[in-house]
Amino acid sequence: MIDGKNKSSIIQMFHVHKHYGSKKALIDINLNISKNEFLFISGPSGAGKSTLLKLLYLGETVSEGQVLVDGMNLSRISGKRIPFLRRKFGIIFQDYKLISTKTVFDNIALVLEASREKRKFIEKKVRSVLRTVGIEQRINALPHSLSGGEQQRVAVARAVVGVPKIILADEPTGSLDSDSADIILNLLKGFYTHGGTVIVATHDKEFIRKAGGRILYLKQGHLLGATPG
Amino acid sequence: MDTYCHRAVQDIKDNGFLGAVTIITIALSILIVSAFALFFTNANNIMNCWEKGVKIMAYLKPGISQKNFPDIKRKIQEIYGVQDVTFISKEKAFKKLKEQMKRQSSILMNLNKNPLPDAFEISMIASSQHGEKVDKIATKIESLPSIEDVEYGQKWLELFTNIFDLFRLAGYAMGGIFFMAAVFIVTNTIRLVIYTRREEIEIMRIVGASEKFIKGPFYIESIIQGILGGIIGIVALFITFKLISSSFEHSFKYELLNIKFLSPEFYCGIILCSMFVGWLGCYISLKQFLKT
Repeated sequence: MIDGKNKSSIIQMFHVHKHYGSKKALIDINLNISKNEFLFISGPSGAGKSTLLKLLYLGETVSEGQVLVDGMNLSRISGKRIPFLRRKFGIIFQDYKLISTKTVFDNIALVLEASREKRKFIEKKVRSVLRTVGIEQRINALPHSLSGGEQQRVAVARAVVGVPKIILADEPTGSLDSDSADIILNLLKGFYTHGGTVIVATHDKEFIRKAGGRILYLKQGHLLGATPG
Repeated sequence: MDTYCHRAVQDIKDNGFLGAVTIITIALSILIVSAFALFFTNANNIMNCWEKGVKIMAYLKPGISQKNFPDIKRKIQEIYGVQDVTFISKEKAFKKLKEQMKRQSSILMNLNKNPLPDAFEISMIASSQHGEKVDKIATKIESLPSIEDVEYGQKWLELFTNIFDLFRLAGYAMGGIFFMAAVFIVTNTIRLVIYTRREEIEIMRIVGASEKFIKGPFYIESIIQGILGGIIGIVALFITFKLISSSFEHSFKYELLNIKFLSPEFYCGIILCSMFVGWLGCYISLKQFLKT
């Protein structure tokens, strides 16, 4: 039986396998991620980076093995507890995943509404986060009227507004120019500096080089090794 | 709850067309079902009025001596369900017939003797004014040795009752069908709304929204649509009722029919029912479509 009492670890994976039918996406992954760590998961497309991130917030379930997140054993978590697990994460996607019919404010406020925060607090907090990411003036804009870089900044704002413990970023700079990528990197570093854990799945070597941090390599579902930060 | 209502209202605004389709569907179903209910309520009232007016005429055999009349009257009065017994002599009946025939009364002048029999007119207590009970009383009266025949217009009453029962059955069946149709359409409309918003729902889940948070506004939205559909259906029926009843008033003695609109309790019930249709449609579609 695995316990989650290792205080320096926030995420642990034990002999994790994930397969879709006969296709093996992840094979025997053992992983330990510490609190306040900036970690990259790198590897070619189809290596299993996104799948590994999805296993952490139960976007997918493991086929074999066990995953612990902040002391929660994901194999034993009930359906009602899943939202509480997901509130530990702020998640950033390459395609931003913003709700196209809602304004910038509403997209970010959604996280706090889901946590049953009061309206006044939500308004104050969303404005503060938008100020931090530098797009306060676009608060009432709809996502399609924003540039890619601005949309990703909204996604970062949404990821951090609920004060999560961990940020998961899946190819966060995949659709951005290098200036916008630098802004995103600085925002992630800011979250890390304030004690958060950041896990970025990317094959953007330039982004990894600029950020520094531990790098894990995935290839065809196998975790090949790690480079200390 | 405040957040749910706020989001539900926002969702109604965002999905105006689909929402309108749902409301119109519920309104049409409510209109048709309520129209049937209105018809039955009034038809039932008219039938009750007619039943209350039913009297039995018991005709005496020829040659029965007048001194036996009090005894026959007493025997009839002893039958359970009989309220009042009035003797109508053949002379009185003949006079009445002449009055009723007016211009044609000269035909009766050529008769050598009064062809009408002596009779008793019998009225019943309220609880015995319905079809089968009237039948029983009439049979008992007919079995008395001095009685030759009884009449109480049973044939047309039975015919109307049968037709009415047939309509009632058809009404229940139509009500059931329209209820199911409304639930089916609401279910599919909400399914369509969920489908168009599947990405939004996926994002809500990713950011840690509970199932209650995701589903709550859908339920509120459906219940609001149900209430609106119910109110529109009732208002449409009321307008139609007013238009039709005003034309009736001009055409014949409307007050004889005493047609009334549905009672407040009834249309409150209808609106509750339409709320339930909205809720049920939402429940089915969420259960099928929004599995965790």
